[in-house]
Amino acid sequence: MSDALQTPVTVIGGYLGSGKTTLVNHLLRNANGKRLAILVNEFGELQIDADLIEAQDDDIISLAGGCVCCSYGNDLIMAMLDMAKMDPRPDHIILEASGVALPAAIASSLSLLNDFSVDGIVVVADAETIRARSKDKYMSDTILRQLSHADIVMLNKVDLVSDENREMTHHWLNEITERAPVIETRRCAVPPVVLLRDFERPENVDKAFAPHQADNYHTGLSVPDGPVDPAEFAGRLIQETPGLVRAKGFVNATDGSMQTIQIVGNRIEITQAPFGVEAGVVTISVGPPQDA
Amino acid sequence: MTTIYSARKIITMNPSRPEATHVAVRDGRILGAGSLQELESWGDYTLDETFRDKVIMPGLVEGHSHAMEGTLWKYTYVGFFDRMDPHGKVWDGVKDIESVIDRLMEADALIDDSDAPLPAWSLDPIYFNNERVTRADLDRVSTTRPIGIMHASGHILNVNSKALELAGLLKTGINNPGVPLGRDGMPTGELKGPDVMTPVGIHVGFDRDMLACDEQGMIDFAKLCVRSGVTTATDLAARLPDEAVNMMLDVTARKNYPARIVPLRYHHGVTPEELIDHALQLKTQSTDRLRLGMIKVVVDGSIQGFSARIRWPGYHNGAPNGLWYISPEHLRHIINVSLEKGLHIHTHTNGDEATELVLDCMEEGLLKHPSPDHRFTLQHCQLADSAQFRRMAKLGMCVNLFANHHFYWGDEHYKLTVGPDRATRMNACATALENGVPMAIHSDAPITPLGPLFTAWCAINRLTASGRTQGEEEKIDIDEALYAITLGAAYTLKLDDEIGSIETGKRADFAILEDDPEEVDPTKLKDVKVWGTVQDGRLFPAAAL
Repeated sequence: MSDALQTPVTVIGGYLGSGKTTLVNHLLRNANGKRLAILVNEFGELQIDADLIEAQDDDIISLAGGCVCCSYGNDLIMAMLDMAKMDPRPDHIILEASGVALPAAIASSLSLLNDFSVDGIVVVADAETIRARSKDKYMSDTILRQLSHADIVMLNKVDLVSDENREMTHHWLNEITERAPVIETRRCAVPPVVLLRDFERPENVDKAFAPHQADNYHTGLSVPDGPVDPAEFAGRLIQETPGLVRAKGFVNATDGSMQTIQIVGNRIEITQAPFGVEAGVVTISVGPPQDA
Repeated sequence: MTTIYSARKIITMNPSRPEATHVAVRDGRILGAGSLQELESWGDYTLDETFRDKVIMPGLVEGHSHAMEGTLWKYTYVGFFDRMDPHGKVWDGVKDIESVIDRLMEADALIDDSDAPLPAWSLDPIYFNNERVTRADLDRVSTTRPIGIMHASGHILNVNSKALELAGLLKTGINNPGVPLGRDGMPTGELKGPDVMTPVGIHVGFDRDMLACDEQGMIDFAKLCVRSGVTTATDLAARLPDEAVNMMLDVTARKNYPARIVPLRYHHGVTPEELIDHALQLKTQSTDRLRLGMIKVVVDGSIQGFSARIRWPGYHNGAPNGLWYISPEHLRHIINVSLEKGLHIHTHTNGDEATELVLDCMEEGLLKHPSPDHRFTLQHCQLADSAQFRRMAKLGMCVNLFANHHFYWGDEHYKLTVGPDRATRMNACATALENGVPMAIHSDAPITPLGPLFTAWCAINRLTASGRTQGEEEKIDIDEALYAITLGAAYTLKLDDEIGSIETGKRADFAILEDDPEEVDPTKLKDVKVWGTVQDGRLFPAAAL
């Protein structure tokens, strides 16, 4: 099966109450014409605006615009296999892991399914509670393992803590996760382009940011001078772009082929590029306002 | 209409009259047990001497089994130990990989369609010196049909090349801890963990919901009950959607259905609120032979799968700690609401850290919702130490220990998973009783075979498969063991007022035995032959199934 037919899956992890469901709702509301499939452990608190719902049965809710929500209950893999049979296949799958699940284990299982490719693990952390939780008698190792699996950490609910507290937690997360970028959010309001690989040119990305976000997100375009080793190029891009959260684009490889590069946090994916694209990799990074 | 049954001996489990020669039955219930002369005082009767030479015990109660034991017999049995199928055929255990292949070749020859899958079950390589089955081994059976063997633990699947090919996994470059690779860089055919097993399992004939039991499975499960003297058995973890409940209601209501089934609704895949609502609704659908409304909460994984949550110093081989299958918040909520609403919970905990969490949540919940007779039961609870048993007693909890596990995997725990000290205390029946914790013992069928007399034998002798006695101090005696598989288990299900002993007013549920378990050498208890059962006054000879 060619990689082009693989549906990207974003795995969302994080402990109970961190905001995973809020993030899912946020993405659904901002799908922008993308047909998203949302997989949740159970529908529970997933609040979907009633006017969006077209049909509903026990395990699946069909939404306007071709989006669906499914609850996978006790068998995630079976739900994924069902999803592979959907016609048309969704453009992007958002998988909300249970609060105690280890997202890397889920991503590893998904990698065995040829119909899907893991497009990154996003772990949501509650700014108010994450540090206390990480010391919990029972949950400490689970929470630290979840964070260590992240390609991107979303430090959520930053509006509910003091600046000092927020900075300390941000710093603490940088240490725990080593290289995963940390994005600060309120109510998980992250620009969808960061998670949904839906951009081609920097201008498109800039348009996607809400005005209050524009200061914190930065886009760039990196065009290699000539043929490169794509993996090496991607690795260098991560090192040289502070706060890089997402990159997508094409490079001429040294073997003469054109390759697609996808980066989410530290996760790099290299695949054969479609025909007729131009070299250039768009980057999105996060951080304090930079002087132009 | 009264029938009086004579017997060589009746072990009643009724403390005020432990032994009798006759039992009188009317309308499926016990009128009394005693001498014929005493029972004659109830008026007209028919004397039935079918059991004149037999020993009658209360119908045995299996407090932790799964009805899928009935379903699995559709597949080819390749376990190490001899095991009886629902039709009474004893399948010889297969003792090495060659015999596994031979058994599969026999099954292969019986299937006409050369592309049809061949599923098998109950493989356990620890008895083959851990020599692993490879896809090359299974390719000798067939290269055209997908073949899969589920391990006895239920956590590992071995498949042939065809099965891997159908799942798109016959390739190099796989990077997954659950998929070991051979020297050629391709999967060896061993698949570890449910998420890795599922995508291949569907191609080898393992159904979508492994725990679900179909109609034939329910019928076959009940046959296994009769053959092992069981009249009440749990189906300990089921999703219980309406169709399954309707099927179970239908099957168990048939006039020749020989067992009382107690299915528990398990917590996966629904919110705590949905779980509680479903349990409350199920409770209203309960019948005599299908007892609904209890809840099962799975807190951690298994010890041999290294997914149980264990306390310091962790796994003996240094494996990282296991997995939580529920958050403390959800567990606490389910316990609180269940105490408040009078729902009955059984929790699965294998590791002692998981047990500790349940005890903490119970302590907290009981302060808010005092409940003098909740009988919440810790299932498996294999690694509990004496301090935890003392807490269970204080909190009014029951325990159902996995005595069979000690026999099948005790050696493995000693050498590998938890080390000598903790392996010795596993399934500490004597400590439980010493601390006054109401106790049952179980098979977890199909993980190990259904058979409470065998389970009792395990708890009495504490032998491991290699023949070592592991945990001399935790042995219990025959009376305690027989109590555990009758009234003990009935108590954990809040059914001890109806079943579990032979006394006036209770259900006429009997296990009919050829030998006297109180007289046989305790090392032979597992060999006591079962004639069949009486359930609700109806006779079910195993020979006529």
